[in-house]
Amino acid sequence: MSEMQNTTETITTISGADAFVKSLLAEGVDTIFGYPGGANMPIYDALYHYEAEGTIKHVMGRHEQGAIHAAQGYARASGKVGVLLATSGPGATNIITGVADAMMDSTPLVCITGQVAYNLIGTDAFQETDITGISMPVTKWNYQITEADDIAEVLAKAFFIARSGRPGPVLIDITKNAQFQEVEFSYKPCQMINSYIPKPKLDQDKVAQAVEMIKAAEKPFVIWGQGVILSGAEKELESFLDQSNIPSASTLLGLSAIPSDHPTYVGMVGMHGNYAPNMLTNSCDLLIAIGMRFDDRVTGNTQTYAKQAKVLHIELDAAEIDKNIATDLAVHADAKEALQALIPAMEKNAYTDWYQEFNELLKEEKAEVIQPECQPEGDGLTMAQVVDQIAETFDRNAIIVSDVGQHQMKAARYSAFKQSRSHITSGGLGTMGFCLPAAIGAKIACPEREVVAIIGDGGYQMTVQELGILLEHPVAVKIVVLNNEFLGMVRQWQELFFDNRYSSTPLKNPNFVKLAEAYGVRASSINQQDQLQDALTDLRDSQEATFLECMVVKQENVFPMIPSGATVTDIRLK
Amino acid sequence: MVKQVALNEEYTVSIFTENAIGLLARITNQFTKRHINIEALNVSQSEVEGVHRFTIVVNTTERQVQLITKQIEKQVEVYRCFYHHAEETIHQEIALYKLPISALKSGIELESMIRREGARILSMEENFFVIEKTGHRSETSQLFEKLKAYNVAEFVRSGRVAITKPMDELKEHIQEVKAKAAV
Ligand SMILES: Cc1ncc(C[n+]2csc(CCOP(=O)(O)OP(=O)(O)O)c2C)c(N)n1
Ligand SMILES: [Mg+2]
Repeated sequence: MSEMQNTTETITTISGADAFVKSLLAEGVDTIFGYPGGANMPIYDALYHYEAEGTIKHVMGRHEQGAIHAAQGYARASGKVGVLLATSGPGATNIITGVADAMMDSTPLVCITGQVAYNLIGTDAFQETDITGISMPVTKWNYQITEADDIAEVLAKAFFIARSGRPGPVLIDITKNAQFQEVEFSYKPCQMINSYIPKPKLDQDKVAQAVEMIKAAEKPFVIWGQGVILSGAEKELESFLDQSNIPSASTLLGLSAIPSDHPTYVGMVGMHGNYAPNMLTNSCDLLIAIGMRFDDRVTGNTQTYAKQAKVLHIELDAAEIDKNIATDLAVHADAKEALQALIPAMEKNAYTDWYQEFNELLKEEKAEVIQPECQPEGDGLTMAQVVDQIAETFDRNAIIVSDVGQHQMKAARYSAFKQSRSHITSGGLGTMGFCLPAAIGAKIACPEREVVAIIGDGGYQMTVQELGILLEHPVAVKIVVLNNEFLGMVRQWQELFFDNRYSSTPLKNPNFVKLAEAYGVRASSINQQDQLQDALTDLRDSQEATFLECMVVKQENVFPMIPSGATVTDIRLK
Repeated sequence: MVKQVALNEEYTVSIFTENAIGLLARITNQFTKRHINIEALNVSQSEVEGVHRFTIVVNTTERQVQLITKQIEKQVEVYRCFYHHAEETIHQEIALYKLPISALKSGIELESMIRREGARILSMEENFFVIEKTGHRSETSQLFEKLKAYNVAEFVRSGRVAITKPMDELKEHIQEVKAKAAV
C-alpha cells in the first residue's frame, strides 16, 4: 500500500458495484451464477467489462432457483464457495429453496441480492422484500449492506463464514445506493471472527478414550457422512479403515468419499440403503459415527436405534452431538484432525465372523433385490439396470447428480465411485428440480470430468428451462431422464400405505426429446433393454450436451425400505 | 391433539453476543419454531465492553433447552449461551402500576399496603399516580391482584434480569472463545 508516500495524491475511488466485483476477484472467484434485475443493475454493469476481458464468467440461469442450484452443484463438485447473484423482491425470494437446500446439506454459498435504495426501505417500494428477514432461518449468516464502505469487509466475512467450520449459505443484501456510491477500495481477507469458532481444538484425552473404545469392541461399525468430504478427510478415512479393518457404511451424502470397492465398505445406510448395514446397526457393539448427523432417514425410530451399542460420535458441529442419538463418547473435532490422531493407534483385526454377518445379509439382498432389478426378466427397462449400466459404461468414474424420488435412491444404490465429490444430490431438503441445474453447475466446475444427471420425469419438469444455460455455456453434461410416467416415490407410498389410491401421481408428459432438441441438445429415447448399451455408449462418447430418455417400468418400487419411523431392523426387502 | 406434556420447568437462558442487527430474531426463532413461548426477554449491555447480554425466560423441558442452547451458541455472532434453573440465578423484574388519584382517597390503607409490599410511589400526577415494585414475578403479580380493587389503569412488567450464582466469569469465557477463534 502506498498510504505513506504522497499525501497530496488524489484518492482514486470506484463504485460500490465495482468494489463488489473486485472483492469477488480477491477471493479467487472466477465463475458466478445469477440473474439480473433493477436492484442489481449497477453490479451487472460493473460485471460487463470483467466478463468481456475474461476475468470472470457469469452463468445466467433461466430462473433464480435454477441459478442457485447450479451454484450449489458447482460448489459441491469443486469444494469452492458457490456465488449467486439475484435482484431484489421476486429475484431474491426465488432463491430461497436453494438457500434452504444449501443450509441442510452444508454447502458453502455466498448469495448476493440487490435491494432497493436505503431511503426506500420500509416504504413497500417496488420489488422491496425483507430478504434478510426471510432468509434468516435458512442461512448460516446474513447481512444487509447499505453503504459502499462496508462492501469489502462484509464480503470477506461472508466468504470466511460460508467456507469455514461447518460450511453453509450466507446471504448478503446490498442496497442500490451502496452499489452506486463511490468508495476507496482495499480488500483484506477475513481470518477470524471473535464470537465464532470454526474448528474446535482436538481433545487428546477424548482421542485416547476413543482408541480404548475401539480396541475393546468386538463388533465395531463405522458410519461416515458428508463431514468427511467437507473436511477433506477422505484419505484419512481410507487409511483409518485400512488400518483397523472395521466394516464401514456411508450415508447418502457421504457417498464417494472413499472408493465403493474399498474392502471394508458394506454399503449405504438409511431408508433405502443396503440391507446389511441397516440390520447390523442394531447388532454392532460400537457405532463409530464420523461427520454425520443421525438424520431421521438414517435412524428410523431413534428409541430403538443401536441401543445395544456404545456410540462414538466424531463431529465438528457441537449442536449435532447428542441431538438425535445419545453418545457414550463425543469427539468434538474436525473429522480430518480426529482421524489423523486415531490412525496411528489402530490395530488390524480380521473381524471374520462379523464380516460374515454382513456377507450373509448381502447375499439375501442380492438374491431378493439387486439381481432381479439389475438383470430383469422381459424387455422392459428398470431404473436399477439403467443406473448400473451407466456406472459400468462410465467406468465408475463420472460425477453422478440425481434429483429426488425413486430414481435418486436407485442412483445412490447402484452407482459406484472411484473419487470423492462424485455424488451430488439434494439430501436434507429433498428438492425436486435440483438435479438439472446442479449437474450443469458441476460440469462447469469440473469440465474435465464426465457428469451424468439422473432425473425423474416429474422433477425434470421443475427446472427444465435451465437447458437454456447450455445455449450460452455449451458444456457436455449428460442428462438421463428415467421416465416412469409417475411421481414414482409418492406413488410407491400410495401403493404401500394408502391402498393404491394414486391421487395426483400419474403424469402426462410432454415430448421430452423434442423439448431437449428445442434447446439444441442432442436427444433420444429408448424403452427396451436391448437398446440400453448402445444408447449409453453413445451418451458417453458424445462431446456435447446429450439427453437420453429411458422409458422404465412404471410401477416399480424401491427396496429395501425402512418404513418411516420404523426400527432399522424392520427393513423390508419387498 | 394431545401434546406430549413432559416435565416443563422454568429456565433462564443467558446469551452473550456481539451487537448485531437481526440477532434478536435469530435467537427468538430458535424458541418460536419449537412452539416455546418466551415468558420474558431482556437485552442489555454486559460487563464486557461491546458484548451484549440477552436474558430469556422460558418454560420447557431440560432436553429442549439443552438443544436450543447449542443451536443458539452456533450462531456466528454468539459468544456463549447458558441456561439455568431459577434457583441458580438471582433475578428481578420491575413492574409499574398506574392508578387513579381517587384510589388514595380510601385513606392510609393503600399507602401502608404499598409500604408492606416493598413497593413505592414513583410518580404523582394530577389525575393519577404510579407505583413501582421490583421483585420476582410472583411478587409483582401478587401486588397486581391486590391493587385490582383500586382500579389499576395500566400495568406493565419488564423482562427478567438475572445474575447467575455459579461464578462463571464471562470475561474468561470470552477470552477463551477469542483464543480459539484465533487458532
Ligand atoms: C419440490 C418438491 N415437491 C414435492 C416433493 C415430494 N416428492 C418427493 S419424490 C416425488 C416424486 C418425484 O417424481 P419423479 O421426479 O418422477 O421421480 P420418481 O420418483 O418417479 O423417480 C415428489 C412429488 C419434493 N421432494 N420436492
Ligand atoms: Mg417419475
